[in-house]
Amino acid sequence: MAISFDKALGIHELALNTRVRRAEVLANNLANADTPGFKARDLDFRAILAQAGGDGSGLALEQSNPGHMGASDSGADGELMYRNPLQPSIDGNTVDAQQEQSAFMRNAMDYQASFQFLNNSFAGLTKALRGE
Amino acid sequence: MSLGSIFDIAGSGMSAQSVRLNTTASNIANAETASSSTGETYRARKPVFSAVQDSLLNAGQGGFGPMAGDDGASAGVRVDGIVESDAELQMRYEPNHPAANADGYVFYPNVNVVEEMADMMSSSRSFQMNVDVMNTAKSMMQRILTLGQQ
Repeated sequence: MAISFDKALGIHELALNTRVRRAEVLANNLANADTPGFKARDLDFRAILAQAGGDGSGLALEQSNPGHMGASDSGADGELMYRNPLQPSIDGNTVDAQQEQSAFMRNAMDYQASFQFLNNSFAGLTKALRGE
Repeated sequence: MSLGSIFDIAGSGMSAQSVRLNTTASNIANAETASSSTGETYRARKPVFSAVQDSLLNAGQGGFGPMAGDDGASAGVRVDGIVESDAELQMRYEPNHPAANADGYVFYPNVNVVEEMADMMSSSRSFQMNVDVMNTAKSMMQRILTLGQQ
């Protein structure tokens, strides 16, 4: 019975990475809060996890070049999607600073949760290795 | 891990907002700078922001799993340039002013002080927001460094 890191860490590694990526996207939205014509974007966390869990489509197109597009156009493969603006401003900017800020904070909290899960997995592995 | 790029993004936001604050300061300082001709008169300056689109160029580097291939997410904001407002200058009849022209008129800048004050508050709030983002990214990063520690 071999210990596999992939099995031990489970989904949490991907979750943590997705959180980091989402933090980046939201930070970018906030940095562009005053840029005319900028459209706020976000990731669909659920879609990314569903795909990783295997219940997404198993028939993804092969991408031999990073410029290739995926098969799905619904954003299910972790593509960025544009946010539906609640109150678009006249200069075409769709960033709602308050909304983005709260999403960013919440994402940071979720990141901590994912981190905690990951850390616990490592603690479990260490315990198994020590055999105490 | 791309937490490091949040620092760049928030940093670009902070520098753009400080350029904006800088133009506001310049506008308010020069709000009463009179001159004798329209050509010499100070005009209100405004920065033009645009989103940086650089991940389009290096898409897909270091991608993994379902996130392979970057998606053209822009990476911060930059100041494209500073434009002068073409609103009309204020012409006032002040024959005793040393800069008055032959008809006794002086030209005052087209700076709207109220607008500038509102702009100032907006840019300082946006600056704060970017500082907040940076702080959060920092604590996320510090946390990841403790991974696996007991």
